[in-house]
Amino acid sequence: MTSGGQASGVTGRQRRARTQGLLLLGPALVTLGALTLYPTLWVGWLSLQRRIPIFGVNRFEGLGNYAFLATDPRFWKAAEVTVLFTAVSVALELVGGVLAALALRGQQAGTRIALSLLLLAWALPSVVTAKLFEWLYNPAAGLVNFALGGVALNWLGDPRLALPGLIFADVWRTLPFVTVLCYARLLTIPVEIYEAAQVDGAGAFATLTRITLPLLRRILLIVLLFRTLDALRSFDLMFVLTGGGPAGTTETLTVYAYRSLFQAVQIGLGSAVGVVVFALVMLVAWAYLRALRHEGLTA
Amino acid sequence: MTARGAVGPRVRDVAVLAVFLAYATPFFWQLLTSLKPEAELMVLPPLLPTRLTWEHYRVVLDQSLMLRALGNSLGIGVITTGLALILGLFGAYAIARHPIPGKGVLLLAIVGGTAFPQIATVSPLYLLLRALDLRDTWLALILANTSFALPLVIWLLLGFLQEIPPQLEEAASVDGASRPRAFRWVVLPLLAPGLTSAALLTFLFSWNEFLFAYTFTATEASRTAPVALALFPGVFEVPWGDMAAASMLASVPPVLLVVGLQRYLVRGLLTGALRE
Repeated sequence: MTSGGQASGVTGRQRRARTQGLLLLGPALVTLGALTLYPTLWVGWLSLQRRIPIFGVNRFEGLGNYAFLATDPRFWKAAEVTVLFTAVSVALELVGGVLAALALRGQQAGTRIALSLLLLAWALPSVVTAKLFEWLYNPAAGLVNFALGGVALNWLGDPRLALPGLIFADVWRTLPFVTVLCYARLLTIPVEIYEAAQVDGAGAFATLTRITLPLLRRILLIVLLFRTLDALRSFDLMFVLTGGGPAGTTETLTVYAYRSLFQAVQIGLGSAVGVVVFALVMLVAWAYLRALRHEGLTA
Repeated sequence: MTARGAVGPRVRDVAVLAVFLAYATPFFWQLLTSLKPEAELMVLPPLLPTRLTWEHYRVVLDQSLMLRALGNSLGIGVITTGLALILGLFGAYAIARHPIPGKGVLLLAIVGGTAFPQIATVSPLYLLLRALDLRDTWLALILANTSFALPLVIWLLLGFLQEIPPQLEEAASVDGASRPRAFRWVVLPLLAPGLTSAALLTFLFSWNEFLFAYTFTATEASRTAPVALALFPGVFEVPWGDMAAASMLASVPPVLLVVGLQRYLVRGLLTGALRE
């Protein structure tokens, strides 16, 4: 009797806890459902339409937009720029970020100031970053050309220089993120490990490659994931700094999607490009999570 | 000998600090540009101006819509932060402490949500906000930014909540405190640093956000600082000095947060990245 009464009491309490939980979670779920999930499903639907409001065109097209993209040279060029931008930016950020973190760890004084100077670059609005670099790259009075000995390079106007210029600005803005995470990890490595390595006669290079980098491996994988996802979906910097130009050399998939949506007003086509970016990001996230899990099981 | 040993690291410290200072050159160069007299802007060298002037700031504040845009950004940022924090706090608490059906899928969806590309939902959101007649209002950006920041806020607060042992609340309820009271007097104070970190990152996101703000606004009624900066008037030639001043004004809150509340910012970044 008593035990049965207790059992029903527990389930009653559990049910109440569950109801309470759902009530607490409800508003967040409704918000995400209405403003993220619903638009995500809707964009999939939009991508199957041919919608060009200025010509009064609005009809279902099935996979027509995707079929068009499959043979669209502009789309493939944008995909190439996106991948190139992501790969080079992220690689440079990781190398630079780790170097900066190592420099920071050896610091005995002024770490806070050094971190402030770094985080400044990370915290600025990307539109501000675009304006900073637009001025630095100015052909006539820009600091970059002056620093290079008074050359007259047209960084943002030359098809060969625009993408490197864009990547440099992006690396400047996002390298601090890598540094902060790696620096925090470095601080948790016990000094004894390094002392032991020194006793064993390990040089600076061996210490770096045999001890520091392996210990950073996990955080570097996480940083790689975050930065790759961010780079794939980034939009502001290229849109404001180069607008995708010159001659489409900096037009990423995001810029192509935006232009199709709001400048050419081809809502179906632009949505299809947006869906491709979404799929790309989710694919990369999924692949990384799998790799991380594998890493966790083997390490 | 000892003096020599002490000098070595100090020289290194100063050298490293100088490198970090050089890293911030793009920012300081713009700051200097914003204070340069108009006539000296397009001449390089010399690096340093003959005198400093507030003229560009005066022009920006008097003759452009920048001040209005800064106000919009501040209002939208503060309300977005408040809303995302309230929704996120209750949501994260429910996930952390209550039995929720389908928790695993929910967590996965939230992680996925933090990686969401804005460009994918900007077109349906635009159509939705237009249908609701919310184009060019604060509310449009508050709703869009809140929904976008929410997965990260929940994710961060979950991380911070996991560091607070549930036994503390249980002990409080044994002492006769109701669950809301235990939440208010036990959990909330312990969660304060985490809430600060989440608030900082949300505000920064909202302040810096460009794609939604550029798409959903049309006039100075709701244009934010980044949009005003991107559209900065320059019909025949770019007013570099004025634009430098405007970009410095748009940088004030991020700079203050980085310098003043760095600890919380770093903590938020770490919690966001390191939880698994």
